[in-house]
Amino acid sequence: MFVRHAPDLKYSQVTPQKDYLNRRQLMAGAAAVTAFGPTMAQAAKLNAAPSAFSADETQTPYKDVTTYNNFYEFGTDKGDPARNAGSLTTSPWSVKIDGMVDKPGDYALEDLYSENALEERIYRLRCVEAWSMVIPWIGVELSTIINKAGAQSGAKYVAFETLVRPEEMPGQSGLFQPLDWPYVEGLRMDEAMHPLTIMALGLYGETLPNQNGAPFRLVVPWKYGFKSIKSVVRITLTDKEPPTTWNISNPREYGFYSNVNPEVSHPRWSQASERVIGGGILSGRKDTLMFNGYGDQVASLYAGMDLKENY
Amino acid sequence: MPEWTLKRTTDPMLSALNAPLRKIPVWVVYLIGLVPLGLMINGVFANTLGADPVAALEHQTGIWALRFLIAALVITPLLRITRLNLIKFRRALGLLGFFYVVAHLLVWTWLDHFFAWGRLWEEILKRPYITIGMAAFVMLIPLAITSNDWSVRKLSTSAWRKIHWWAYVATAFGAIHFMLVVKRWPPEPMIYCAIVAGLLGWRFVSAQRKKRKAQMAAA
Repeated sequence: MFVRHAPDLKYSQVTPQKDYLNRRQLMAGAAAVTAFGPTMAQAAKLNAAPSAFSADETQTPYKDVTTYNNFYEFGTDKGDPARNAGSLTTSPWSVKIDGMVDKPGDYALEDLYSENALEERIYRLRCVEAWSMVIPWIGVELSTIINKAGAQSGAKYVAFETLVRPEEMPGQSGLFQPLDWPYVEGLRMDEAMHPLTIMALGLYGETLPNQNGAPFRLVVPWKYGFKSIKSVVRITLTDKEPPTTWNISNPREYGFYSNVNPEVSHPRWSQASERVIGGGILSGRKDTLMFNGYGDQVASLYAGMDLKENY
Repeated sequence: MPEWTLKRTTDPMLSALNAPLRKIPVWVVYLIGLVPLGLMINGVFANTLGADPVAALEHQTGIWALRFLIAALVITPLLRITRLNLIKFRRALGLLGFFYVVAHLLVWTWLDHFFAWGRLWEEILKRPYITIGMAAFVMLIPLAITSNDWSVRKLSTSAWRKIHWWAYVATAFGAIHFMLVVKRWPPEPMIYCAIVAGLLGWRFVSAQRKKRKAQMAAA
């Protein structure tokens, strides 16, 4: 018998996406699921409205965005998160909101936002390691979540915490622990309430891949990437500057603010330029912009502040 | 005559190993040593170096430079401690190390910075990890130049040894350079630093022992 093969046909074309996603959910409990590739684990479509805050720039290929990650909970190699994050359970997901709020409590993730409030925000991302991407995030402004919980007047800072679950996060156990867990981050209240600051739930039109901080992560585009904490399980409003992970690990090199600033170099390397991810071998470098190019929107937050001192 | 030839091993297992090892032509080592470069070039064309291929090439050329430099330094302790004789291949390993140092430098100056000399010079002066890396490269130049039979013949043994003693310093600088580029304390650079520290320690201890022996012989 003569059989014709269709090598270009993808599985997503064969089976309706909804059906194969259901099948995946059934399999989610099985260890075998990781064998199918973590990026496909539970991606679901998200509808989002466009935003005037989006950058009109070439977006970093999906493959690079989802395979080149710093997420030490899954290992310190940039390929580790894509390799190891497939087993993370992201549903159900609950977020504790506490501290100086009117309505503290454990919120189910779905209750923190409404589907029709989702916006697509195409943001530049600048890593402290001097590389950069452009990513189409989907999310809601953090301010809407803070308002839901009701900030009390004395609240000056917002603290964030990442999940600790060593049985699903292999970087959180073993001999070499690169950081203290949980990973913690913080913002000043005006930074947190700024319309550019979002909690992302997806990228490239789908829910977040686990390695990108599923199901719920912060994105602050004018700060170095490590400020944008992933897989957030706790948000605390406080009147004191909260501790932040990289600052704890090396206070001389990583400050609380960590605004992108080409004039203030990292003690060991320059921040004046960045390598653009996704352009291949001859992509070269580009000059880093003050506040990652968001100066018009955020420079006023730091008026009168010595940014060399407050790095 | 170099001392190692005086102490031929009597261990039958080792002589059974050393004899065929001596028969392997040195070009085989060069050929094997160029395999990582071949894989890197293949990675460039097959686009398998990941999202940041320039950083990947920087890392891989650097790590192979360090590996070959360390391998060259391991030869002597290996001979002294186990009597396994790989002296014949030491020059090839050292030169391969230098070759990858040059490749590393080329990736950095060309692919990473497109020969922006002003910026490169500033980096060399301002960033200790680059200063140290560059110093290691400069130290290795005289070693590479004198890594041939003609130089060995021309130079006195002590002069040649003095030049090549710098391999220890350059390799240590290479390991520190690696340690300084990473963000936390990941195991990989720590392991390299530990190996180099071990080699330096062994060298120091054996030099002390030799000195003491010489003093005793003089007394």
